[in-house]
Amino acid sequence: MYGTYLRRELAGRTKQTVIVAVGLAIAIALVIVVNALSAGVRDAQTQALSSVYGVGTDLTVTGAQTQPGEGGGARFDFGAQDGTTTDGTTTLDQSRLVAERQRAPLDASTVTSVADIDGVSAATGALSLTNMTFSGEIPQRGTETGTTGSAPTDGGGQPPADGQGGGSFGVDSFSVLGVDPAASVGPLSAVTLSEGRALTGDDVGSDVAVVDATYAASAGLAVGDTVEVAGTAVQVVGIVASASADADTAANVYLPLDIAQSLAGVGDVVSTVYVQAESSDAIDAVQSRIAAALPEATVSSESQLASTVSGSLSSASSMISNLGTWLSLVVLLVALALAVLFTISGVARRTREFGTLKAIGWSNARIVRQVAGESLAQGLLGGVAGLILGLGGILLVNVISPTLSVAASTTSGPGRGAGGPGGGAGGGFGQAAAQATEVVLNAPITPAVVLAAVGIAVLGGVLAGAFGGWRAARLSPAAALRSVA
Amino acid sequence: MSLTVPTRTATTYRLEGVTRTYRQRERTVQALAGVDLEIDAGDFVTIQGPTGGGKSTLLQMLGALDRPSSGAVVLGEIDIARASNTQLSRLRAEEIGFVFQGFNLIPTLTAAENVDMGLEPLGLDRAERRRRVTEALTRVGLADRADHRPGELSGGQQQRVAIARATAKQPRVLLADEPTGNLDEAMRDEILDVLEALNAEGLTLIVVTHDSAVARRARRRLRLDRGVVTDITRA
Repeated sequence: MYGTYLRRELAGRTKQTVIVAVGLAIAIALVIVVNALSAGVRDAQTQALSSVYGVGTDLTVTGAQTQPGEGGGARFDFGAQDGTTTDGTTTLDQSRLVAERQRAPLDASTVTSVADIDGVSAATGALSLTNMTFSGEIPQRGTETGTTGSAPTDGGGQPPADGQGGGSFGVDSFSVLGVDPAASVGPLSAVTLSEGRALTGDDVGSDVAVVDATYAASAGLAVGDTVEVAGTAVQVVGIVASASADADTAANVYLPLDIAQSLAGVGDVVSTVYVQAESSDAIDAVQSRIAAALPEATVSSESQLASTVSGSLSSASSMISNLGTWLSLVVLLVALALAVLFTISGVARRTREFGTLKAIGWSNARIVRQVAGESLAQGLLGGVAGLILGLGGILLVNVISPTLSVAASTTSGPGRGAGGPGGGAGGGFGQAAAQATEVVLNAPITPAVVLAAVGIAVLGGVLAGAFGGWRAARLSPAAALRSVA
Repeated sequence: MSLTVPTRTATTYRLEGVTRTYRQRERTVQALAGVDLEIDAGDFVTIQGPTGGGKSTLLQMLGALDRPSSGAVVLGEIDIARASNTQLSRLRAEEIGFVFQGFNLIPTLTAAENVDMGLEPLGLDRAERRRRVTEALTRVGLADRADHRPGELSGGQQQRVAIARATAKQPRVLLADEPTGNLDEAMRDEILDVLEALNAEGLTLIVVTHDSAVARRARRRLRLDRGVVTDITRA
């Protein structure tokens, strides 16, 4: 009889049942979609960060920020006899490997110090550098047609009347990262090998490199070719690509750390230490310990690194966490309030019915169970509808798979130059502002999301049933029957 | 078909010094003023009187829907005035059948399901419930309308379903509050015939009514005016 009465009552009050169920469905669907999108955004941010900082990096340690102008700029000095002169034109060419200037380097022993800290699972150091090549042509003065006299010695003098005699120069750059070939964390942990082989511990001291696939394609490099780094020919032994098809790796060229240090002439230093904590619960404590051990250094967690992510992914993240979360909360509260109010008003409208049931012998408990059951059924209806709607929303997001731009700020990590042959001053002197890439936004379906939907539906039903049942139980049968006499 | 009435004591109800007062908008209303009354088992009693005289209050007291402000209302061995809510609920479920002026059927349930609602608190097995529902509807002549909803039945038929619901539990007493108040003459007589037949089988019947045609059918007639009961059977 319980089930029959319940079904008939819900069917008999279709409008109320539909309103409550639809309200709950919309709220639940919104919660599901917002939750899934949040998870998707987190995954996208992690993907973006991992292409820069590697998989498994929980913390990064970098040196103190330098003052503007500190550390000097890159200089290219040419002697009078430098370059090759042909037909009156001197061709000049010089490469320099320069370290990041925004932050002071860390002594390489910092890696060992950090690795010895309690709670640290692994640590590795990397040296971010930029290889800059200055090249150009200078015509020799005094050998140009139409000029007389010797070439000026003071470097000044009047320009030739006919406009001849200018030179042309260009600066090309690409990013270089010196890494520990045997490390399990760090930027190279987020790459896949496209061709050749990866760097290994045996490559220490060897002039070998692996090259980012995008850079290799633009520079026309293949396994077996050589790439000039600071004037030294380094053999390409492997091509690597980001684990994400839409992202590039952290640098253009990867060298063994000791080779990078030697070619840059910076000594036994690193620019970043990548740290993996023993567990995600320990990250905060490890961060504090490292900061205490290295007061001059900057220790950043992944969540702090995530704040450096900009671009449309960052906008999407803000929108979901601010607008999306608040909107779904408000809609949920409204839906729950609707369910409770409709149930209470339904009980009020059924005063005679409940009074009659009490008169024919129904106990308060039996009546409360009936009201609670009806509310729970409405809640579950809303829950199922919300789940279907929410899963449909997630499916839609995954079918559309919007592409979002991501720029991960590299002020605390390795820098990237513009990289292409033929110049490109995008990276230029110093560091690129950010590494731009694109990630595809997906909304994953997780069991937690499904459970949350069911939980909210049940909660809505239980709340409404509790209020309604309480109202029904308070009805005195005599008063109920008297009120409609 | 007979209504099985378990052997009970000779007196069904004993009321001693029953009063009932209400607070209504700063006023104290005395609905019942020291009612003393005995109703025998198997009796057919009507209660008449002017509107506001306390008839419905008395019926609700007899139906264990309400407690007196003072005095005793004894049904069998239980004093309704002192019983717990659980005991009262039990009394209403097992011993007392109630029929209302407005029928008070649940509109979304069929006739059979409405009758079954009266058996719900008894905890009977399905077969026994089905048997009692069929027996009760047959007794009131509606076995062929078991699957009809109240909206598909006439007023008289609805009241007969209500009577079936009240009697399916085989109560000690049937209380009826203006059972023919919403019915025309023909239906009224139809209902009275049903009630008389039940009474003839031994069911104690107490009917509140304005209708003297109904009162004339009773074996005993009471009048309740300003909370005071007088026996007007011989009047």
